[in-house]
Amino acid sequence: MSTDLNLAPNMDRPDDVYADLLAAHEGLNKAESDALNARLILILMNHIGRREVLAQALAAARAPVGD
Amino acid sequence: MNKIFEVPLYPYTRSADQDAAKPAHHRVVIVGAGPVGLAAAIDLAQQGIEALVLDENDKVSFGSRAICFAKRTLEIADRLGCGAPLVDKGVQWNIGKVFFDDRKVYDFNLLPEDGHKRPAFINLQQYYFEDYLVKRAREIEAGGAPLELRGGNKVTDVTDHGDHVELHVDTPDGPYAITADYIIACDGAASPIRSMMGLDFVGRVFEDNFLIADVIMEADFPTERWFWFDPPFNKGQSALLHKQPDGVWRIDLQLGWDIDKAEEKKPENVIPRLKAMLGDDVEFSLEWVSIYTFQCRRMERFRHNRVIFAGDSAHQVSPFGARGANSGLQDTDNLIWKLKLVLEGRAPDALLDSYDAERIHGADENILNSSRSTDFITPKSEISRVFRDAVLDLSEHHAFARPLVNSGRLSMPCTYDGSPLNSADALASGPARTRPGSPCPDVALGNAFLLDSLGGCFTLLTVNADAPDSLTEGGIAVTRLALSTLDDTTGALAARYLGDAPSAVYLIRPDQHVAARFATFDEAAIRAAIRRATGLEMQA
Ligand SMILES: Cc1cc2nc3c(=O)[nH]c(=O)nc-3n(C[C@H](O)[C@H](O)[C@H](O)COP(=O)(O)OP(=O)(O)OC[C@H]3O[C@@H](n4cnc5c(N)ncnc54)[C@H](O)[C@@H]3O)c2cc1C
Repeated sequence: MSTDLNLAPNMDRPDDVYADLLAAHEGLNKAESDALNARLILILMNHIGRREVLAQALAAARAPVGD
Repeated sequence: MNKIFEVPLYPYTRSADQDAAKPAHHRVVIVGAGPVGLAAAIDLAQQGIEALVLDENDKVSFGSRAICFAKRTLEIADRLGCGAPLVDKGVQWNIGKVFFDDRKVYDFNLLPEDGHKRPAFINLQQYYFEDYLVKRAREIEAGGAPLELRGGNKVTDVTDHGDHVELHVDTPDGPYAITADYIIACDGAASPIRSMMGLDFVGRVFEDNFLIADVIMEADFPTERWFWFDPPFNKGQSALLHKQPDGVWRIDLQLGWDIDKAEEKKPENVIPRLKAMLGDDVEFSLEWVSIYTFQCRRMERFRHNRVIFAGDSAHQVSPFGARGANSGLQDTDNLIWKLKLVLEGRAPDALLDSYDAERIHGADENILNSSRSTDFITPKSEISRVFRDAVLDLSEHHAFARPLVNSGRLSMPCTYDGSPLNSADALASGPARTRPGSPCPDVALGNAFLLDSLGGCFTLLTVNADAPDSLTEGGIAVTRLALSTLDDTTGALAARYLGDAPSAVYLIRPDQHVAARFATFDEAAIRAAIRRATGLEMQA
């Protein structure tokens, strides 16, 4: 269902995407990395847009247990 | 020349009540002649109900207080008969700029919606606001309205005897007592009446201090609202610059929690801070300097039988979003018509309980908004600061982040969703903004405006619909205001009151909130809606 958060594998080439994430943090100190993460979260939140989906994402992040 | 806030506007004079053998009786005693008490008194007296205002002081507000008055307040002032001088004196603005660190990150235009008589906001010193209310009170008093304003009258004791209230009042000539049917306690955030009655006032204190300065300067800063997050001249804190009439500028400088207030307030410490902000070459003088700690709190209930709290005595908010005086005016707007109907025996006492329900709803909305603004301006934790700064960084380049920047949200009137006075929405596909409980949005009608045409009584607004010209249910007379979308070329009437419906019939309360709406006139349904809107369905 489209109103639900997708927690099934969905990334194209996961190893590359993960490496991209780490590369984006390359050379940054802790404060700069924290700031990057915060900007990234806000950008992705805006892309998702819908509050119900974001609420599910926040819940999944807070208690990362599957069912 | 004396400034308006230095002139005693209602100096103490001895009243006959002080020589009466037994306490004189009054219908409604209003304690406090701040913006809220004055508005309550004008509203009551204008409708023929005796209003006696007692204030321990005799002047308008002292110090840096409210400056932003929102459209709804101006609309209420129009109904009270003093909207025009407020708007004529006030400064109007639409452009805001947001700065972060050493740069401007974006600007915005409020882009006010067309078809409203009043602007979204004006900036005006609270002392002018009160002065115009006092003038209006004097004007209707001279016209025979039953209004009396007693300065130098300090209320020291209040006892609710069930069917009346007894008040003890201290004056320069000594104490006296009076009785009243009802008291409206508009005695401010520190409300002595609340303490006398042992009532709670709980909420949250924000651990921060703000230096609030009103400075007089001839500078060419534009008429805009400038807000700085973490500026070079106030590192790690925030600042605000906003224009008021008479070349007075409001400056807020966040100071943080661990400061020496007495030290910070000294001119030798204030002036360098202001110079760093305004530039070394700008000449200015200080009108006021204060240091405030802000809080958001409210009483658990605003109505305590015959003692009814309104304004800051009932609820207090941090000033980001300008919701203090603005919401206080909505309190009296909500209360006075109800009190009038109850006093005249035309509505049950239970109607006053709806004041509690509706205005607590309003206070909670204001507290939520003000708390969120304060949390954005003063992040509570390291991570909230990281997100706050990320929002500001992104806002410079990406429009999506700008709605997240929160340096205060415009004060909007509350919609009384779920109010016991609302009838179920019976206008399928009607606009959400005029659903039952909503404040009526204004519409330009040729050279006139809808809100001015509503007056202060129950109105049956028909749009492309037939209905009788008047109707009486119980003691409540309702007058029809007949409009047609053919009379409005702008389309605003249809957009605001019809949506996709071809016709509509609105029952509108004296405070210009929608009580019920239908597609066509249905007499039985309208009569039921009038009974509901006047509290007849509220008795258990
Ligand atoms: C820095 C700052 C900025 C603000 N900015 C805004 C803004 O932009 N917009 C906005 O809407 N609001 C703003 N506010 C809030 C606004 O000032 C208050 O909400 C407003 O003054 C409340 O009005 P009031 O009539 O309820 O109480 P008050 O104005 O406090 O009046 C209470 C009155 O009661 C009298 N009184 C008290 N005790 C007694 C007694 N025992 N007997 C007789 N009389 C008594 C006092 O003398 C006083 O006149 C701001 C406040 C501050 C501090």
